[in-house]
Amino acid sequence: MTGVLAGTFLGIHAAYWNATVLRLVLALGLALTGAGTFVYVYLFKMVSHLQSRLGPMETGPHGSLQLMAEVVKFIQKEDIFPRKADRWVFAGAPFVVIMSTLLIYVVIPVGPRGVVSGLDVGILYALAVSSISVIGVLMAGWASANKYSLIGALRAAGQLIAYELPLVLAIVGVVMQAGSLNLQTIVAAQAHFKLFGVGGIGLFVIPQLVGFFIFLVSAQAELTQTPFDMPIAESELVAGYMTEYSGMRFLVFFIGEFATAFALAGLASVLFLGGWWLPGMGAHWGHLAWAREAVGTGVMFAKVMLIGFVIFWVRFTLPRFREDQLQAFAWKFLIPLSLVNILVTGIAKVAAHG
Amino acid sequence: MSVSEQQKAAYVAGQAADARVRFELETEGMTLNIGPQHPATHGTLRVIVRLDGEQVVWADPVAGYMHRGYEKLCEVRDYAQVTTLVNRIDWLGSFCNEVPFILAAEELMGIEAPPRAQYIRTVLFEMGRVANLTLFLGDMAAQVGALTPVFYAFRDREYVLNLIEAATGGRFHPNFDRIGGLKEDLPKGWIDETKLVMRKIRHFCDEIDDLLIGNRIFEERCRGIGVIPRDVALEYGLSGANARASGIDWDLRRDEPSVLAWKDADWKVWTHPDGDSFARYWVRQQEVRESTRIVEQLLDGLPSGPIRAKTPARIRVPAGETYVHTENPLGEMGYYVVSDGSPGGPFRCKIRTPSFSNVSIVPWLLRGVYVPDVITILASLYFILGDIDR
Repeated sequence: MTGVLAGTFLGIHAAYWNATVLRLVLALGLALTGAGTFVYVYLFKMVSHLQSRLGPMETGPHGSLQLMAEVVKFIQKEDIFPRKADRWVFAGAPFVVIMSTLLIYVVIPVGPRGVVSGLDVGILYALAVSSISVIGVLMAGWASANKYSLIGALRAAGQLIAYELPLVLAIVGVVMQAGSLNLQTIVAAQAHFKLFGVGGIGLFVIPQLVGFFIFLVSAQAELTQTPFDMPIAESELVAGYMTEYSGMRFLVFFIGEFATAFALAGLASVLFLGGWWLPGMGAHWGHLAWAREAVGTGVMFAKVMLIGFVIFWVRFTLPRFREDQLQAFAWKFLIPLSLVNILVTGIAKVAAHG
Repeated sequence: MSVSEQQKAAYVAGQAADARVRFELETEGMTLNIGPQHPATHGTLRVIVRLDGEQVVWADPVAGYMHRGYEKLCEVRDYAQVTTLVNRIDWLGSFCNEVPFILAAEELMGIEAPPRAQYIRTVLFEMGRVANLTLFLGDMAAQVGALTPVFYAFRDREYVLNLIEAATGGRFHPNFDRIGGLKEDLPKGWIDETKLVMRKIRHFCDEIDDLLIGNRIFEERCRGIGVIPRDVALEYGLSGANARASGIDWDLRRDEPSVLAWKDADWKVWTHPDGDSFARYWVRQQEVRESTRIVEQLLDGLPSGPIRAKTPARIRVPAGETYVHTENPLGEMGYYVVSDGSPGGPFRCKIRTPSFSNVSIVPWLLRGVYVPDVITILASLYFILGDIDR
C-alpha cells in the first residue's frame, strides 16, 4: 500500500499516518464493504432467488439500496436494556465481537502489496483473534438476563471451542506445504508450487482438498450458520445470545457476523485458492505494478465471493444439527480426519523431497 | 384441572425433579417458558419445561391463551352464523371445520345435499387439507433449521388458496357450506385449473423428497425422536396422522360411513410403524399426495345437478342430538350438536378438536429429550392454536 500523504499532517509525520491510521481505515472500510456485499448479494438476493421469491425490490434498482434502509432502520431504533441486564457488560458485548472480526482483517492480503500488516505469524494471529469473539458472545448471553440468551451463549461457546480445533488443524496441512505462517508467503508458495512437476496450477486446494473441506465446514460452524446454527437457532432460542439486543447494538452483531463470514472466506481463498494470485499471472509487470495490484484485488474478491456463495448456499439448504450431534461431528469426525490429513501431508512432503 | 392447579402440580413436579438432579450433581434445574410468545409454537401455546442443562426433566403445556368461547357462542348464534365461527378453529384448513357441523345440522333436519354438492364439498375439504398440510411440510423443515422448503410451501399453498378463493370468495375463511348444499356452484374453468394445481402440489411433494427425505441431518434430527408407541397413542386419544404414524390404521374418511364422496375415489390410507417425528412427517407427505389424487378423481366424476336441496326459508332444527365427526387435516374433528327445537342456534354444541387431544401427550413425550428435540416434537405433532383453544 503506497503512501497517500506527504510531509506532516496534524503535526505528525506522514509516514506514521500512512503506516497505521490510513491502513486501519482501509481495513475497516474493507470489513464493512465486505459485510455489506455479502448481505446484499447473498442474504438478500441469492437466497431470495433460491427460495423462489424476489427479496427486497423497492429501494433502488433491484433493491440495491435496501442495505442503507436497513442500517438507517437499525440506527433509529431504541437502544433497549433489559431491566435485570448487567448494563456495562451488555453494552460492551457487541463491540468485543466486532473487534475480534476487525482484527482478522489486519493480516489478510488483498493484493501483492495490499495488506495492513504482513505478520510472520499471520495465520496463527488470524485464528487467535477470531476466537476472541467467544468472550463477547458469552458476555452477551450472560448479561442479557434471559434464559434463551444464556442457553444460546453456552451453546455458542461450546461450539466455537470445538470447531476452533479442526479449523487450526485443517490449516496445518497448508502451512506444512508452504513452509510459512505468513499469508503473503503462503500465496507466493502456491504460485511456485509444482503439482507432480507441473507448475502454475498448484493451488493448495488440489493437494489439500480434505483440508479445504474441513476448513469450510469449521468456518461454517465458527460463523454459527446453518447447519451449525444451534446457538442462534431461531425456531427454538428466538435469536440465541442476540435475543435482547435491538437497534445499533444488534446491527453491530449483525455486521460482525457477516464481516467474519467475509474474513473467513478471505482466509480460505488465501490458504487454498491462491489469494490474489491467478495461475498465469506473472511475477513482474514492470511499470504496470499498479495494474497487477488492481487485478490481484479483483481476483481475490472473485474468490471470496465464490466461497461466500458456497457458505450461504449451504446455510439456506440444510437443516441444523442438534447440539450433541454437532459436537460429535467435530470430535469424532472432523478432528480425526484433519489429523489424518496432516499425517498424509507430512508423508507426501517427505516423499516428494525424498 | 384448572390452570392454577396445573401450575401447582408443575411446581411440585419441578421440585421433585430438582431434588433428583441435586442428588446426583450439585446443580440446579432451570424452568424455561417456551411461549406463549415464541416462534416455535405457531400461536400462543405455552410449554413450561424444567431443564437440567439441555435435557428436559419435565414439561407441561398450558393451553387457553387463545380461548374464544366458541362453544358458548354457538348457543347464541343461529345455524347459518355458526359456520362463520367454526371457520376460525383450524384456520389453515377452514372449510374442513364447516363440513361436520353442517352435516350434523342436516342429519338433525333429515335433509341431504344433492350429490353434486357432496362432491364439491369433498373436493374443497381435500383442498383445505392440502393447503394445511403443505404448510406443515414446509414449517416442520423450518423448525429443524432448513429455511428453503417453507418458502416453497408458501408458494405452492398460494395456488390452492387462490382456487379456494375463486370458488368460495374467501381465501382463508370460505364460509361456503350451507345446510342442504353449498352457496354457489363452481366457477367456469375452475376444474382444469385445479387439476393443474394438484400436479403442482405433487411436484412440491417431490421437491420435499429431494430436499429433506433422505437428507442425513433431517433424518438424524427426526428419526427416533418423540416415539409414540401404538398403545400410548391410543391411550392419549391421538387421531389423524399422529395416530397413523404410530401404526394405527384408522381413517374416518374410509372407516366411517359418510354422505361425502370419499367412497367414490380410489385412494390409500398410509401408516408408518415407527411412531417417531419422521414417521409423522412422512405420513402427512403421503396424505397430501393422496388428497391431490382424490381431488382429481372426484373432479373427473363430478355429477351434474343442483347444488342445494330444498330447505325451508327459515331454518328450524327439530329437537334431537347427534355427533358427526370427520377426518380433518389435524385428526378427528367432531361436533356434538344438541337442539331443543327452538328457532335460532343449537342448544349446546360440543366441539371435539384434534389438536387438543394431540398436545395432551406432550408431557409424556417430552420427558428426557433435549431442547432442540422439544421443537422437533412440537412441530411434528402439528397443532394449530385455534384448534386447541376454541
